[in-house]
Amino acid sequence: MPPDSEPLRARWPLIALAALLGAGLAAPLATGAAAPGFYLEVLLGGLMSGVLYSLVALGLVLIYKSSGVYNFAQGAMVLLAALATARLSEVMPLPAAIGGALLMMVGLAWLVERLVLRPLVNQSPIVVFMATLGILYFIEGFGQLVLGNDIYKVDLGLPKEPAIVAQRWFDGGILISREDLVAAGIAAALVLALALFFQRTATGRALRAVADDQQAAQAIGIPLGRIWFIVWSVAGFVALVAGLVWGSKLGVQFSLAEVALKALPVVILGGLTSVPGAIVGGLIIGVGEKMAEVFLAPALTSGLGVAGGGVENWFAYVLALLFLLVRPEGLFGERNIERV
Amino acid sequence: MPPDANATEAGAARAGGRADPRCHALLEVRDISLSFGGVRALEAVSFDVIEHEVRAIIGPNGAGKSSMLNVINGLYEPQRGQIWLRGRCFDRMRPHEAARMGIARTFQSLALFGGMSVLDNIMAGRNLRMRTGLLAQALRIGPAEREEIAHRRFAEGVIDFLEIQAHRRTAVGQLPYGLQKRVDLGRALAMEPSILLLDEPTAGMNLEEKQDMCRFILSANDEFGTTIVLIEHDMGVVMDISDRVVVLDHGRKIGDGTPEQIRSDRGVIDAYLGVAHDAA
Repeated sequence: MPPDSEPLRARWPLIALAALLGAGLAAPLATGAAAPGFYLEVLLGGLMSGVLYSLVALGLVLIYKSSGVYNFAQGAMVLLAALATARLSEVMPLPAAIGGALLMMVGLAWLVERLVLRPLVNQSPIVVFMATLGILYFIEGFGQLVLGNDIYKVDLGLPKEPAIVAQRWFDGGILISREDLVAAGIAAALVLALALFFQRTATGRALRAVADDQQAAQAIGIPLGRIWFIVWSVAGFVALVAGLVWGSKLGVQFSLAEVALKALPVVILGGLTSVPGAIVGGLIIGVGEKMAEVFLAPALTSGLGVAGGGVENWFAYVLALLFLLVRPEGLFGERNIERV
Repeated sequence: MPPDANATEAGAARAGGRADPRCHALLEVRDISLSFGGVRALEAVSFDVIEHEVRAIIGPNGAGKSSMLNVINGLYEPQRGQIWLRGRCFDRMRPHEAARMGIARTFQSLALFGGMSVLDNIMAGRNLRMRTGLLAQALRIGPAEREEIAHRRFAEGVIDFLEIQAHRRTAVGQLPYGLQKRVDLGRALAMEPSILLLDEPTAGMNLEEKQDMCRFILSANDEFGTTIVLIEHDMGVVMDISDRVVVLDHGRKIGDGTPEQIRSDRGVIDAYLGVAHDAA
């Protein structure tokens, strides 16, 4: 039975949740709480920060898809890549610095495969998951020790000054960050490349096979070690891109690794196994957060008399929790069906 | 003609007129010993497999049958002994190298890629044979396109052979057990192996499913010339389709010969009826 023929009754919680989110999205406009121009600005701002979340989530999805393991160290990898680029760019031109950082991420992938994944082959995913916690602390410590723990700058030469568009339709126009637009373009290109890689290439099929069953994958001639090296290298590359975009926006500092925690609700929403899911999940979280901060918080303050600050900090997690209740596999994730 | 009769006939036909086994061993294990901590799974087990035969490994639970297959395809590393493949000697195999040298296998407890479709599972068996570059495959240009089509054609052939056309696009995890077993066999066949290791291919099946599976195994053996090594508990199946049988008990080889010889072997009968083992 194809999943589409699922009875509507079984889906009502998801539909209800979607309706709730939709209503929340439309409420500020419908109630006249926001001018359309301002509303659009908030929406776009949310989409843009969503793109950044998606970039981090992509790395997570990659590793999960090919080893069934949630890589706790992805945030630290983002930080490490950005840090390496920032420090290297102090002594060499930027392209060389980026190249050096990429080499470093590939080196990290090689070390992880040799020292962590290979000894743990055919162990249960939870064991490898714990190992990624270890990798996280190693990277943070190593990064501070070797690369320093100040705030550093990465200047990609992206246009900093915002553009004002659509002045004809909205009073005062809409403010758009050009930097964010470039970031969105980069993310889109990355997603397209990864989707092609997973769906169309023999290596992509091998990656999916390894995620499903390691022993069987070995038995059909897939060398696990090489596959893991490839995956962690690609995840390192994605981390580098995310680190550069984040870093040029916020400065390279240790809080970058914290921002990466936001990728957790993103992948819960989108589904841990889905590249498009990481993108859609990131956009939903980004928009939801901004909307909640700008419109929900004042409403809470005036309605309930509570101090509405800090909604942005917890909103994503509450949303993820709701999704876990309604659709644990996420919007686009593979549903795990087992006959027993 | 019922498949069973077919099976018996084919088995009998192949039992006669074989050249001296010593000269034609395609695969030979010599003195294989394997232990996990204090547990001795295999103790100095030797046997050979001749090109194009159906070789059964039987024995009570825990006899070391699956361990033997795992040694042959490299999932386990034996402490002693060698594996000879086409006259080349190995102290241990590595799984992907074994696959490269033409050894395919199926698993006792299913080990399919549950999230992938039947077609993708079988195509995964073709992975080793894909040659074009990543970029070419991703963009489906020229040679990559042709390669994909050729492999797809082969995969469709396997799907037809196993009579699972209707389930091509179904995620394997959703199929009933008997069909999953077929997909497992299909993925192995897609590798065009010279040796096929089957770990309890008919376990948990009803009579009809067993007959189907035996038919597929014998056809693979006949039509593709695949040499088959199988573990099986159903004596009816073993006697019908195998040319020679190895009997393991408590990690030791206690019998080796044609089904007829094994059927009347005192030691084998004792092992199966549970006669106490000597302390020596």
